[in-house]
Amino acid sequence: MSASVLYDTPGPKARVRNRIYAALGTVAIIALVAVSILRLGDKGHLDPAMWDIFNYAGIRQNIAEALLSTLKAFGLAAVGSLVLGVLLAVARLSDHRPVRVVATGFIEVFRSIPLLITIYAVWVGFLVDYSMWALALGLSIYNGCVQAEVLRAGVNSVPKGQREAAYALGMSKTQVMTNVLMPQAVRAMLPTIISQLVVTLKDTSLGFVILYPELLYSARLIASNTQVNGQYPYVSTIVVFGAIYIALCLALSALATWIEKRGRRAKTGIAVHAAADPAEAPGVLDDAAPTGTGDGPDVADGPGITKN
Amino acid sequence: MNVLLDHFPEFRDGFIGTVSITAVSSVIALVLGIIVAGFRVSPVPPLRFFGTAWVTLLRNTPLTLLFLVSFFVVPEIFFPGMSPFVLGSLALGFYTSAFVCEAVRSGISTVPLGQAEAARSLGMTFFQTLRMIVLPQATRTVLPPLSSIFIALTKNSAIAGAFSVTELFGWQTLMSEQGYAIGPIFVWVAAAYLVVTFTISGIFRLLERRMEVAR
Repeated sequence: MSASVLYDTPGPKARVRNRIYAALGTVAIIALVAVSILRLGDKGHLDPAMWDIFNYAGIRQNIAEALLSTLKAFGLAAVGSLVLGVLLAVARLSDHRPVRVVATGFIEVFRSIPLLITIYAVWVGFLVDYSMWALALGLSIYNGCVQAEVLRAGVNSVPKGQREAAYALGMSKTQVMTNVLMPQAVRAMLPTIISQLVVTLKDTSLGFVILYPELLYSARLIASNTQVNGQYPYVSTIVVFGAIYIALCLALSALATWIEKRGRRAKTGIAVHAAADPAEAPGVLDDAAPTGTGDGPDVADGPGITKN
Repeated sequence: MNVLLDHFPEFRDGFIGTVSITAVSSVIALVLGIIVAGFRVSPVPPLRFFGTAWVTLLRNTPLTLLFLVSFFVVPEIFFPGMSPFVLGSLALGFYTSAFVCEAVRSGISTVPLGQAEAARSLGMTFFQTLRMIVLPQATRTVLPPLSSIFIALTKNSAIAGAFSVTELFGWQTLMSEQGYAIGPIFVWVAAAYLVVTFTISGIFRLLERRMEVAR
């Protein structure tokens, strides 16, 4: 436990002091929440009528449709980013220098440009009438680059002997990659891959900029088109839609943790990389950063090598 | 090229906007993140709970939704009439603070146990240990993840443009609405972002080199 670095097991005096701090802390936090709720109540945001809007069939229908379109875009983006990720990872590990250089350049450029900029450019440039595809394509490009780096770290974490053994059996380069390295890389990196999918799911909310009717877009629409007692129900809408988003993301994160635990039980000798919570920048990228276009695939001491 | 030459003042304003919202929200994220990380490692259970709730909530909410909260809920609770820039920085800073908190916390757990034990045996209090022994050492391990977090923050600042903050995404939409081809616009905006992110990673590499200490 990280906390034990900072303090001993508290003695009687410290326990009393901690209890006082605990009481003060609780009071402070509750006061903060209470003030916010009171202020919102004063402005009429806690009026039952404000929350009653979710009892209308039309609004529920809207939410269901928005959820469906968010999931549709997410599904497309998930598949797209994984396919692109595998392709880019293989290209980055290629023995041919030009392929490697092009893949590296693509990854570096699209990883450092804001996703919103890419999505907007794709939308205006190619797919003005197909905002779902524009959103899915933009998400696929950005997340594909991140997934590629994750997969590359995974391939590098496969023990060297695996590759050597496969070559010794007379497998071709393609066979080694598809039958030996990639399956193990995916297995080791599955939790990280799913955590990145959580990020992808959150980023579908950028679809509102290109007028794709996903959850956030309809949240804004519902809130700005309904009026209760002369006020817009932003607070209740945001609470409801926020809950939906958080539930979706937590479910995906739980899946990642479950897979990690399952992977730990299996005894294959290749550890499953720890399930990270949705991170802004996956840590594996930093481990894999100083490699690039050297000669041949480098075997870094990647995460997740256990020696049996 | 035309699109940049014809609209250079707007582009410059957008660039300055991006840089300043990045800077302001970085400061907010850093301060809040360190405070919440302190909460999460403190011996007081309610504060720990508060820290955990903070991180879980903010990390699983889309930033865009936080912008909605910031623009439509915050003015209701506090004083109305805050500028979009302030509200945008708040949303961005609060969102990023969750990630900063986790980075700082994992940095704290890399400090060898003996250091804190030695500090305690010298009679230092919790805050003294945290401030004088643990945090300075954690800083070095925290720098690389922080650099990634601030680069991500720069990229996320584009969303502020969709909420009427003057920055580069706003320039992109404005130019595209004026009928310029999206290709060149994209190239210029991308180049501007690359400049900012490269500067950030450069600063952090410099910091890492200066703070490098053999352990």
